[in-house]
Amino acid sequence: MTLAVSDRRPPLRVGLSRDDLTMRLGVVLLALVLLLIVGLPLWALLAKGFEDRDGKFVWFANYAAYFSTPALFDSALNSFKVAAVTTLVVVPLSFLYAYALTRAVLPLRWLFQGISLIPIFAPSLLPGLALIYLFGNQGFFKGLLGGPIYGFDGIVIAQIFYCFPHATLILVTALSTADARLYEAADALGASKLRVFFTVTLPGAKYGLISAALVVFTLVITDFGIAKVIGGNFNVLATDVYKQVIGQQNFSMGAVVGMVLLAPAALAFVVDRLVQRKQVALLTARAVPLVPKPKLGRDLFFTAFCSLVSVGILAILGMAAWGSLIKYWPYNLTLTLGNYEFTNFDASGWDSYFNSLRMALGAAIVGTALTFVGAWLNEKTKGFGLMRGVVQFLAFLPMAVPGLVLGLGYIFFFNAPNNPLNFIYATMAILVVNTVAHFYTVGHLTATTALKQIDPEFESVSASLKVPIWRTFGRVTAPICLPAILDVAIYMFVNAMTTVSSVIFLYAPDTKLASVAAVNIEEAGTTAAAAALCIVIVITSAAVKALHVLADRFLLGRLQAWRRR
Amino acid sequence: MTMMTTLRRAATLGAVALATVGLAGEAWAQKTRLTVYTAIENEQLEPFKKAFEADNPNIEIAWVRDSTGVMTAKLIAEKDNPRADVVWGLAASSLGQMASMGMIEPYTPAGSQRLKPIFKSGKNPETWVGMDAFLAVVCFNTAEADKNKKPKPASWADLVKPEYKDSIVMPNPASSGTGYLTVAGWLTIMGEEAGWKFMDALHQNVSQYLHSGSAPCVQAAKGERLIGIGFDMRGASEKTKGAPIDLIVPKEGLGWEMEATAIVKGTKNLDAAKKLADWSASRKANELYGKYYAIVADPEVKSMPANYPADGERLMAKVDVDWMAKNRDRILAEWTKRYDGKSAPKAR
Amino acid sequence: MNGAGEVPMSYLEVRNLSKRFGDFVALGDISLDIVEGEFVCFLGPSGCGKTTLLRAIAGLDPQTSGTIHQKGRDVSALPPAQRDFGIVFQSYALFPNLTVADNVGYGLVSRRDKKAAIAARVTELLGLVGLLDSGAKYPAQLSGGQQQRVALARALATAPGLLLLDEPLSALDARVRVRLRHEIKALQRRLGVTTIMVTHDQEEALTMADRIVVMNHGAIEQVGTPQEIYRRPATAFVADFVGSMNFLSGKLAAPDTVEIAGRAFRCAAQDGLAPGSAVRLCIRPEDVRVRDLPADVANRVAVEVTELDFVGAFCRATLKLREADDVALTADFSSNLIRDLGVELGRKLDIALPPDRLRVFAA
Repeated sequence: MTLAVSDRRPPLRVGLSRDDLTMRLGVVLLALVLLLIVGLPLWALLAKGFEDRDGKFVWFANYAAYFSTPALFDSALNSFKVAAVTTLVVVPLSFLYAYALTRAVLPLRWLFQGISLIPIFAPSLLPGLALIYLFGNQGFFKGLLGGPIYGFDGIVIAQIFYCFPHATLILVTALSTADARLYEAADALGASKLRVFFTVTLPGAKYGLISAALVVFTLVITDFGIAKVIGGNFNVLATDVYKQVIGQQNFSMGAVVGMVLLAPAALAFVVDRLVQRKQVALLTARAVPLVPKPKLGRDLFFTAFCSLVSVGILAILGMAAWGSLIKYWPYNLTLTLGNYEFTNFDASGWDSYFNSLRMALGAAIVGTALTFVGAWLNEKTKGFGLMRGVVQFLAFLPMAVPGLVLGLGYIFFFNAPNNPLNFIYATMAILVVNTVAHFYTVGHLTATTALKQIDPEFESVSASLKVPIWRTFGRVTAPICLPAILDVAIYMFVNAMTTVSSVIFLYAPDTKLASVAAVNIEEAGTTAAAAALCIVIVITSAAVKALHVLADRFLLGRLQAWRRR
Repeated sequence: MTMMTTLRRAATLGAVALATVGLAGEAWAQKTRLTVYTAIENEQLEPFKKAFEADNPNIEIAWVRDSTGVMTAKLIAEKDNPRADVVWGLAASSLGQMASMGMIEPYTPAGSQRLKPIFKSGKNPETWVGMDAFLAVVCFNTAEADKNKKPKPASWADLVKPEYKDSIVMPNPASSGTGYLTVAGWLTIMGEEAGWKFMDALHQNVSQYLHSGSAPCVQAAKGERLIGIGFDMRGASEKTKGAPIDLIVPKEGLGWEMEATAIVKGTKNLDAAKKLADWSASRKANELYGKYYAIVADPEVKSMPANYPADGERLMAKVDVDWMAKNRDRILAEWTKRYDGKSAPKAR
Repeated sequence: MNGAGEVPMSYLEVRNLSKRFGDFVALGDISLDIVEGEFVCFLGPSGCGKTTLLRAIAGLDPQTSGTIHQKGRDVSALPPAQRDFGIVFQSYALFPNLTVADNVGYGLVSRRDKKAAIAARVTELLGLVGLLDSGAKYPAQLSGGQQQRVALARALATAPGLLLLDEPLSALDARVRVRLRHEIKALQRRLGVTTIMVTHDQEEALTMADRIVVMNHGAIEQVGTPQEIYRRPATAFVADFVGSMNFLSGKLAAPDTVEIAGRAFRCAAQDGLAPGSAVRLCIRPEDVRVRDLPADVANRVAVEVTELDFVGAFCRATLKLREADDVALTADFSSNLIRDLGVELGRKLDIALPPDRLRVFAA
């Protein structure tokens, strides 16, 4: 071979088609947008970590100060402990539940699936309140825990409730992509049930298990809502940020803790990325979907198990619902609808609810469009690795950022007098943008996963047929991904309905949100009204989800006739 | 194709949504709209607004309300481009902090001369003017006390008795302004050395340090705890709602803080802002404050809202606000070292 | 060796094409000419670079260096959309949410053709691939073979000058595959479209191609008609990869004599190899003669049948040289022959290896 000769030839510079240019321009724009809504606001706050309270640059002095206090290690250790224990409980629990949903024949399977989602619809205040009703010093089952609900136990129980649907969603996906042929092969070889489970089922769901564990771990590490309500004096990193920022208005230290908080979450995501990369090769297009056959013993066991978990979830929800109807806990248990007269508890009354609806709708539309088009651009642009890497990084960042940090960063960045975008400050728009940014990661991941599942040659075919790539996006890619697009929209909507930590800094006189109002009402001691507002939020999100399911079944069923064989 | 149209429609919808949302802020016409940041209680927002607007028909108040910590953080974070015109009803210490950062437009409201001196910044012109004082009192649940045969405390000294083990909650001074004024009050009344000794002893009885000043009395009101050390007004309003609690003013004296009003430097509505500052110092306004608080700035206004502890004003510690601000970092560091770092093992 | 000089005017002209992924050389200095209207197969084992070459020609994964001219136009640096080709992938890449007719008309709509004209063209193409009735169906409702034909029709819809087929038949079952081979070949001949097909299936290449380009390790081993490739493999790799081949190790005793286990075999004169060098003597199983051997037949050897495998139409026999225990070769015997000669295990025979059927490669 004459490689030596060809090596000396200058490498070929391939021309860019109009499509390539458009796509690259799109990626650049996307990177700019993400920089504006994620990167720069975050930096606006995190940079304060290198300044003293008067804004003078002090290098790592704040870090030195923070790392020399023993409190850091306590908080970090506590955060780690809570996250680890929650993960160790939630993942097996979710795995069994997901296994039941995908591999057993359950009566009312749809109901069990629906119930597993409920925690996602609830503001994190809700489990906190319900647990106090249930296990607090005046609670129905106060003896049951053998200790106070406030602190470690309370946080872990509330986090389990809160993280359960996230893990279950991931594991249901992981378990439903199983290949029936593997099980037939194992059966034919006479493998025992246990052996099949350990050699086929578990390895098949390995990546799902790892991602579920990482997601749960990150969620727990960055959440402060639960720790604040029920944590008592159990310090975690997220409440440390709260103390610095809200308690002492010390943004420099808040930034330092925020940065420390990024580390474990960022690490979790590096692992996730490495794992996900390997997964692609594992999926084969020709897998035969596994359809569970009835089997009495197993089905009875799993029905019982799912019922138990569902009862747990419903107990927490039901407790909050009941709590929202009583006059004065625990001394006057008469029922009343008065707690739903929100005007009596918060000046914005029901307005905050309608603000939340508008905001959630805006976030669903803007967020879905941005994450899906963004994921598409990043997935389908050829070459341009550096810029795509930047986009990927910025897309992953929000998941690792506590809302408090992002919210403050938004003030610093968007309220800066020399920022031409400062006109959106104190409008509904900034709430929408902030929420989209805050929940960008999961939307991006969902869209990317959906895009990875469709034939990578669609774009090659279009190019050969001289069809512009955006037309293929509109006619083929987007319609095929419609289920994923709707999933992202629902995700954005329900999270926008419940988000507090970031938007609490950003609402203006006319744009107060229901989730924030619920926190305010709870702080003012009107627990019942706070529970009532939480219940209204849950019902709204559940109704939207139910609408989605109905639409999926009837309307989309017709639109997506092509899926049928 | 349908999908493209849907997407296009969605995009338009999104743009329209954003635009309407943006325009909503412009819906005021001839009236001057004052953006007022506040931490006053939710139920006070409407009465305060109505009363002021009745006297000033050309000015409209647009509230932004949240807890003291969130509002102070937001105000300071917005320092370079202030969005508030007036702060009406925020802790004086927060306003003092803002004044030291040059964020306050000094203005001496008309008629403020007759207010109690302690309710003024003492600067000329004034940076902030106080409205009402709130105290860190002891909320004591009588129902739970009867059930468990616990005596009613009368002093701070009573609270360190072993019978109250694990039955006290108080705000964490690192997360809550009320918590800090409580601690600062003890250090003022008892002196530093005795103050810390007292807190060491109290720590044995505290089951939790909470993250807000309202929470302790709310928890006491709901019987979650026997005793909550916290914001008096919250305790009074819980009692009004039917909670079996007594508000106790310990006889040694107690820490306190006041709500105050100030004009934000850089406001585009300075005239209207001054009108609000004037009104806030007026007799009428003080009478309104008196509906909720026992101690108000106007010496002529005598009030005693329902279920409020008597004697509060007499027992207010002679707290030096400047000293409180200057020593905050030191005291919090000491407090955190003594109690916060150690709190984790206690939780289990 | 790539036959650049043999063709009068080439439609596709590939020169010094290289493709590297980091240190890995996927294609090393490939040059190739394809004549208009020709059906060319890129044949080789997986990983040999055949698909890489195809995708470079399409512009989907551009080469690292080298040039490609199509119909005299330098397309080396052009993006796929500015080149002139239609392509069918192994996965077909049919748009699942569009009907068969919409799939076929996909490239026509974007050219802003008149609606009626498009409909007519789609009908014509569906007729061409025998799917006139299936226009309203979705791809998932078709069989694999039908989907393959839709993909073909879609690729041909814009009447491209070059048709690229990337393992188009490998996902189909054997029977459909054989039928489609003929259909595709007939269609190609009818339309006269220059076609390149990538395959790892030598039978497919032999039956369909006008010329075969055999590739290995990112380089071209041989270019030639199926007959040339089969009869006169240029390298040991080609000899081994295409069809079955016996390899007997020996030594080149004289330019036209190979010595194996002390016995000399006559063959065509080998110019490129030095006498005395180690070589491999090759013969295809079907070229071993056993019936009606003349007395003076060249390369006569006495063998013993040690294995007999029934393969349907014929039997493959393993024959051990009686003079040298450790040398064996296989030969294909028809059923007739087996019956006539009474071939069975242990049977001793005389065979001949015709010199004109022997190939010699350096060991």
